[in-house]
Amino acid sequence: MNKVIPAPQKPWQPTFIDKLEDFSILVGSLGVAGAIVKFTGFNGKLGYFFAFFFTLLVANFAFHFLKRGMQAAKDSILQVLTAMAIFVTLIPIVSIVATVVSKGYKGLHWGLLTKDMALASVNDPIASGGLLHALVGTIIMVGGALIISFPIGVLTALYLTEINGKLARPIKFLVQAMSGVPSIVAGLFILSSLIYPVTKALSGLMGSLALTILMIPTIARTSEEMLRLIPNELREAGVALGGTQWRTVAGVVLPAAKSGLVTAIILGVARIIGETAPLLLVSGGGDSLNTNPTSGAMGSLPYYIWKAFLTGGTPEAFARAWGGMLVLLSFIFILFGLARYLSGRKVG
Amino acid sequence: MTTSHVTPSSLSSVASARTLSQPGTALLGNGLETRGVHAWFGKKHVLSDITLDFAAGTVTALIGPSGCGKSTFLRTLNRMHEFIPTAAMAGEVLLDGKDIYAPGIDVTKIRLRVGMVFQKPNPFPSMTIGQNVLSGLKLAQIKNSNTDDLLESCLTRAGLWNEVKDRLGEHGGALSGGQQQRLCIARSLAVEPQVLLMDEPCSALDPGSTFRIEETIADLAKTMTIVIVTHNMQQAARVSDYTAFFLSDGGPGEMIEAAPTSSIFSSPQNKRTEDYVTGRFG
Repeated sequence: MNKVIPAPQKPWQPTFIDKLEDFSILVGSLGVAGAIVKFTGFNGKLGYFFAFFFTLLVANFAFHFLKRGMQAAKDSILQVLTAMAIFVTLIPIVSIVATVVSKGYKGLHWGLLTKDMALASVNDPIASGGLLHALVGTIIMVGGALIISFPIGVLTALYLTEINGKLARPIKFLVQAMSGVPSIVAGLFILSSLIYPVTKALSGLMGSLALTILMIPTIARTSEEMLRLIPNELREAGVALGGTQWRTVAGVVLPAAKSGLVTAIILGVARIIGETAPLLLVSGGGDSLNTNPTSGAMGSLPYYIWKAFLTGGTPEAFARAWGGMLVLLSFIFILFGLARYLSGRKVG
Repeated sequence: MTTSHVTPSSLSSVASARTLSQPGTALLGNGLETRGVHAWFGKKHVLSDITLDFAAGTVTALIGPSGCGKSTFLRTLNRMHEFIPTAAMAGEVLLDGKDIYAPGIDVTKIRLRVGMVFQKPNPFPSMTIGQNVLSGLKLAQIKNSNTDDLLESCLTRAGLWNEVKDRLGEHGGALSGGQQQRLCIARSLAVEPQVLLMDEPCSALDPGSTFRIEETIADLAKTMTIVIVTHNMQQAARVSDYTAFFLSDGGPGEMIEAAPTSSIFSSPQNKRTEDYVTGRFG
């Protein structure tokens, strides 16, 4: 057969003319906003923003009203509002990242990831000392907290969704209430229930336990929501093949919810990775490398940043603090990127 | 219901028992026409070169095995195809002689004029039966002063009025599957579409409900153009004036044959059509 097959098209997508029109409205609004700021009482960044926002809203509305009528014009209002919401959300994120990067790079040097602060003070030249101890401490304590709280959180979620027993409602309430516990309370709890009566010493493990208290509610709540999204038909199909409840949950429900569970881990880690207060109380804050979580004070990145800001005062100390933030931020990005990549991959 | 033990003669007798609707009364518009429609999902070419006319006031059945592109074709007819991000298409779909894919066409107006009933009944869960029927007016922002009459006429035309007239305030989920599907038909009638697309509307229903919906279709055909995808040969024979047979031999789906329903079932021109409608394969 020698039939001519036409090229695939997407006639529903905006044409070049449409894009040009949208772009001219955007540029035009910017111009009008500039004029408003120049000739009226509006001033400053905020004045510029609001002038631009309202001009864009009105211009878009008028354009779509003339082009396609009232309904399309109303639609365009929502489009402008959503675009503005995204813009407003991005401002602090971009600003934070930009500030951390621009100030933090001065604190970077080759020894940062290989040396600790055992023999250096925060006011020493940047090249002496590093944050190896803090990074290792954070990895050990957050990793430990994750190892303890992920199973507990997911099992709690499974109790709420799969077993749904008599205690489900009170437990759900408690978990929700626990997610509002201030982090210092978690630290004090470990301090008074474990450190004073039992171990009588600070350690990384105590830090992990304090973080666990903060992490479990986040993981349990998120996992619960994710498990509720799994359609009941899947559970029924698993059980109808002769699977026990446990085999069905392990073989069908949890794999189907995998990417949701990764989200739970990410949110849980995000909840605790920047915690400083509870760690100050229960793991102290070491300046030297300590890889044994069961004894001795253990440093962490937030503690490293806190100490450099508070006990220093020289440009070197501030550069150290910003450098620590840059490392913490990069670490989080790499971690979450990796988690998304691994969970997004198709399995077998 | 399976088609495997149905003899061709019984189907053709069912089909020829219908009197063919006469197409093209001015009131109903000029119907719907497609010109060389192709469809893709990503790189995969799923539908090739479909040229088919749906005359105003007729019922056309699209038949063929699963995966032959009938549903995709149906979804190109009211621009639902583009909801899938990887989707692409080529060709023209003419409603009253105007291409619905032309630049500057308001897609919401197209979907208002070309309604759709889906395979699985999907009444809006947050609305009562009455609110469900009138939901289209709200969504499309149509003003109607006499909603009580409209409610009654839509539910009557969908064959549901007598069963629900005393419980319009109940939620749609309380109805049986067949009733829910007729509720969905009533809902799509309220905005007075010119064309109604039905994607296997009876596949999840029992024979009784199916019978009621087929009655409804016969009734609706007086006032609108209907295109129905079905896997049920008897249904195609019973409800449609014209039938188009789609088939994919591993490549993109193609239209093998389109003709008045009685001749598709009594004297198909293509061997593959004959094999399919007699249940020899598929």
